[in-house]
Amino acid sequence: MSDRKIRILIAKPGLDGHDRGAKVLARCFRDAGFEVIYTGCHQTPEQVASAAIQEDVDVVGLSCLSGAHMYLYPQVVKLLKEQGADDITVIGGGIIPDKDLQPLYDAGLKALFTPGATLESLVDWINENIHPRT
Amino acid sequence: MFTEELLNQSSSLRKKWEDEVKKITSKRADQKSEWTTVSDLPIRRLYGPEDIKDMDFEKDISYPGQYPYLRGNQATGYRGKYWTFRMFAGMGSAAVTNERWHYLLNTGQTGLSTAFDFPTLMGYDTDSPKAKGECGKCGVAIDTIDDFQTLIKGIPLDKITTSMTINPPATAIWAMYLASAEIQGIPLSKLGGTIQNDMLKEFIAQKTLMCPPEASVKLISDTVEFGTRHVPNWNTISISGYHIREAGATAVQELAFTLRDGMEYVEDTIRRKGLHVDEFAPRLSFFFNSHVDFFEEIAKMRAARRIWAKAMRERYNSQDPRSWWMRFHTQTAGCSLTAQQPYNNVVRTALQALAAVLGGTQSLHTNSLDEVLCLPSDHAVQIALRTQQIIADETGVANTLDPLAGSYFVEALTNEMEEKAWEYIHKIDEMGGMVKAIENGFPQLEISDAAYKFQKQIDAKEKIMIGVNKYVTDEVVEIPLIEIDDSIETQQIARLHEVKRKRDNRFVAECLKNLAQACKKGENVMPFCIETVKAYGTMQEICDVYREVYGEYRDPGIY
Repeated sequence: MSDRKIRILIAKPGLDGHDRGAKVLARCFRDAGFEVIYTGCHQTPEQVASAAIQEDVDVVGLSCLSGAHMYLYPQVVKLLKEQGADDITVIGGGIIPDKDLQPLYDAGLKALFTPGATLESLVDWINENIHPRT
Repeated sequence: MFTEELLNQSSSLRKKWEDEVKKITSKRADQKSEWTTVSDLPIRRLYGPEDIKDMDFEKDISYPGQYPYLRGNQATGYRGKYWTFRMFAGMGSAAVTNERWHYLLNTGQTGLSTAFDFPTLMGYDTDSPKAKGECGKCGVAIDTIDDFQTLIKGIPLDKITTSMTINPPATAIWAMYLASAEIQGIPLSKLGGTIQNDMLKEFIAQKTLMCPPEASVKLISDTVEFGTRHVPNWNTISISGYHIREAGATAVQELAFTLRDGMEYVEDTIRRKGLHVDEFAPRLSFFFNSHVDFFEEIAKMRAARRIWAKAMRERYNSQDPRSWWMRFHTQTAGCSLTAQQPYNNVVRTALQALAAVLGGTQSLHTNSLDEVLCLPSDHAVQIALRTQQIIADETGVANTLDPLAGSYFVEALTNEMEEKAWEYIHKIDEMGGMVKAIENGFPQLEISDAAYKFQKQIDAKEKIMIGVNKYVTDEVVEIPLIEIDDSIETQQIARLHEVKRKRDNRFVAECLKNLAQACKKGENVMPFCIETVKAYGTMQEICDVYREVYGEYRDPGIY
């Protein structure tokens, strides 16, 4: 087992500026002992994928509240795959209508957190599902 | 405030009450040991004359229409005119939004308020790669004056005031409005409305960003100057606390940062444009959030009026009472709505709207029950608008002015809000002003701290949200959700390309060159913007000029 910490990129793809959730999560993950990289608002999917690869993260957490998640989230998964980085887990959160959940899972998102998810439940999910790569 | 005799009397009666409380609580403890507002401000069990004994009636309370305007700007209050029922609306294309606007006006709305989609808010055209997937999703898509004219079709611009939530591209959107009015033959002097145009809170909270702070403030001062000279009834900035609060700020932070932003604009316009404060300050307006904590919100709004009046008179030597008035719009708190048990949102919104009215708002948006999930449906928006109308016409709260004045609690809380706001304002003064404070990340971090703390309190059930961490049910409530079809994007791009095909491209290029020249020379950009939009120059073409001349600002991602 490696004692390398879990590395997480919190990213806001698209033009949405609602960053309260992303920033609360960044702090929460930091306090939970993960290494957190937050790249700020207004990242293109290309920028998110390239930051994930450069920073060698284990997980990318996407946050978007503008309603554009159906384009942006799958696009990040696709770009990671194209660059041979499909071992990076992509998860997402935000205001995601129920009917969008399955198509997003089908597109390769590994977990989706919608309103009401507690900070603890997110940390638990990461600890249970992510093992830092060696 | 009170005679010695009354205070003595109160003191001995208070002693009796305290003894009684001790007796009861020794047998049965209170439900919890600390009682605080949603912003974590401790509240005492009871307030009495001793809590406001140091107030000076004339200096601190007075009457409506009189300094320090604690009790309202107008002597007649809501008897003269109710607040403006102004629902924030925008969705899909300009034609769809125009339809919604007419629906709202037919439902008894008295003013318009525009929600733009993200590409428009950020100064990108719909065909930009950055705009992909966003068109019309959370507001209306506007690329050119052609869209704008569709948006305002059938709206009498000389009778209805329109508010536009637009920030980095405010000059371009305002230019479209002014040029459209001109085309309709309405003189600029007859136009009334508001552009949000408040970039400082964008850096602090809302994050629709384009150019760096200094250049952003310069563009704002251009609009203030242009409005002062040519559009005298236009509110050139809506200095906004709403988004600061939504980002997680406490009520005091919302109050302090918003008012300090206002002071920054005043100081900047005086310095940069050489205008006298009373030439432009009467057209500065404000925008607050009305959150769930009923009395805290009322106290915040009352304190805001008094702080602004004092600041204008004492800090800036303003002589005109119209500059001392803090006029504000209010929106109920989007962040208080819950996706769980969504019908409860109707109740939350009603209570928040009531607080805004008791706080003396001049204009109000009430959130729809489904706004936590999507853009509001016709049905949901009608309930939200009716909520305001019920408050106005049924509850009787508008019968008398500032009905909570003189309440020991409300006055004490108002004083406390003011005191704590001034502490922040002075701290920011010491940092060299708000632009500097933002560059240091100060307000951003204060808000992040508060947001994180609140979320932890929710998770620990120290703060309660019904349906989220108390009275939780598994029941799934189906409500009809509005969906913005992706075909809107294709159609919008086609319209944009058609406009570009028909226009005189050489003339547009010349207009844009002139605009760039004006930017470089530090001239007022407004006349050049108006020329450009009239020639069918696009939103992004104008904003690209700004980005090129002033540079682009990227969110530093402070958390």
